[in-house]
Amino acid sequence: MSEVTARGRPLPTLSRLSKAVPFLWTSAALLTMLVLSAAVGPVRIPPLVVLKVLLAKVSAIGVVSDWPASYGVILNDIRLPHTALIALAGMALGGSGAAYQGLFRNPLADPYIIGVASGAGLGAVLAMTAEWPTSALGMAAVPLAAFVSALVTVAIVYGVARVGRSTPVTTLLLAGVAVGIFASALTSLIMLLSTDQLRRAISWLLGGFSLGGWGPVWASLPYLAIGLGGLILLARPLNVLQFGDEEAMQLGLDVEKLKLVIVILASLVAATAVAFSGIIGFVGLIVPHLVRMRWGPDYRRLLPLATIGGGAVLLAADAVARTVLAPRDLPVGIITAVAGAPFFLWLLRRAKQEVFW
Amino acid sequence: MTLGYPGRTVLEDIEFSVRAGEVFAVVGPNGVGKSTLIRAASGILPPERGKIAIQGQDIVRMSPARRARRVAVVPQAIHLPPAVRAMEVVLMGRTPYLGWLEREDELDRQLAADAMRRTETYELAHRRVGELSGGEQQRLLVARAVAQSASVLLLDEPTAHLDLRHQDRTLKLVRDLAHEQGLGVLIALHDLNLVARFSDRVALLSDGRIKSIGDPRQVLTPLELGAAYGVEIHVVEDPIHGTPLVLTG
Repeated sequence: MSEVTARGRPLPTLSRLSKAVPFLWTSAALLTMLVLSAAVGPVRIPPLVVLKVLLAKVSAIGVVSDWPASYGVILNDIRLPHTALIALAGMALGGSGAAYQGLFRNPLADPYIIGVASGAGLGAVLAMTAEWPTSALGMAAVPLAAFVSALVTVAIVYGVARVGRSTPVTTLLLAGVAVGIFASALTSLIMLLSTDQLRRAISWLLGGFSLGGWGPVWASLPYLAIGLGGLILLARPLNVLQFGDEEAMQLGLDVEKLKLVIVILASLVAATAVAFSGIIGFVGLIVPHLVRMRWGPDYRRLLPLATIGGGAVLLAADAVARTVLAPRDLPVGIITAVAGAPFFLWLLRRAKQEVFW
Repeated sequence: MTLGYPGRTVLEDIEFSVRAGEVFAVVGPNGVGKSTLIRAASGILPPERGKIAIQGQDIVRMSPARRARRVAVVPQAIHLPPAVRAMEVVLMGRTPYLGWLEREDELDRQLAADAMRRTETYELAHRRVGELSGGEQQRLLVARAVAQSASVLLLDEPTAHLDLRHQDRTLKLVRDLAHEQGLGVLIALHDLNLVARFSDRVALLSDGRIKSIGDPRQVLTPLELGAAYGVEIHVVEDPIHGTPLVLTG
């Protein structure tokens, strides 16, 4: 191939600062919600105290411990682990939702679309009814069963959808729906047959957090770090995939391999979220759209921003869930559905003129 | 080779080669298989029988990236994601040279900018694709293929939506890429007069086969064209360009 000499001015690009602005906004939102979420609860702890406790943990800054000891205990043992877990779940949902929407090139895709939720639900309900929590695995049985079951379900869906050497995304979608319906039906059946666990199962399925403490946080961290980190690194090839499988292949992308990797990473992330936080709807669907409407469809920005934004949104929803019917704690999945749907419809009407997909 | 889809053979006994530095046009009635031929040549449709090779190497066996460094395609259907910016579309042309974890560098951006200048799309760089006309989008696709720096260029009806100026410009660009930069160009066109002016050799497809192949003057004759298209054809000499001018009777 003969040399192509590049002459003239290169393409204009955005300045470093304007590229950073969206990240600053979403990170600020996340940090604010972290503090507020830890402040909210049966015992109102002033946000300032929360900040001081957090800084004291970092301990590089000398903070005088001038708060009541009880606040410290509540924060360290109950609130902060819960807040951390919610933030991680929200980030997982936002990130995997964006990844699935990119993979399927479909605005209706969410983290549960190829069977993660229904598979996890089945596993969790099986664990609850089989009373595995009383076995050696203890309380970890439910999340573990949910996690494994979710991944097995995705593997089944992927296997079913494979046609020859390729996996067309429409087939993947349909297989996901079919297998998902089947798993949900099984779950309902099991729940019907063991009514004493029914209430617990329903609560879990709606997005309840059955485990407390820092255990779930540390347990989910590695999967989320690998999964979300991997997805964010793959943002550029994901952009190319938006042109369709054929064109992406003509542009030199190994499309089948990329799709497989994204399915694995996104499902890993979604399964982790579901395992520890139950099935929380709407966040994975809506947050990527919010980010897309404001900052465009480039996945190099969309993925990280949806991840951070997902954390902020779920923290907000959780704060509402814990205060609106105090002292009862509502499952956060109810809040995300009840608030999320109308909010999204309103946003869509506002953005009707704009092209954002 | 034989090309087709499951249960349906579209083209049979196809054999030809495109030389470096030449513009090779493929013509024929609607549905004869021009797009199928282009898709096969791009490596995404393996032939039922036979093989397709670039510089001696079978393209079906190549990895997508290696293939895309050799062959660039301007597809017929334009389905660009509407919210993407024009310059991002053209930058996609550099994908074959970037690993999954790599980003575009200065050279990639320079090549993309150059490609946009040559297709007169540079001014559209920051516009969203959904706001552009069909013709502007088509020129972006050509720019993307140019940015790919491949040695073979495949174009499927690249002028379908273009106005007179841009039809002219685009085909002149394609001809320059072949004659001055040594690319091998395979182009499917249905405007026979553009074929007469801009191509070096032509293949006429009809009934699933190559009916005639060679210099435009030899192929674009009333007899051959009339039989293929099923309509009365007259061919005169274009008074401006001296090339065959095809008219229907």
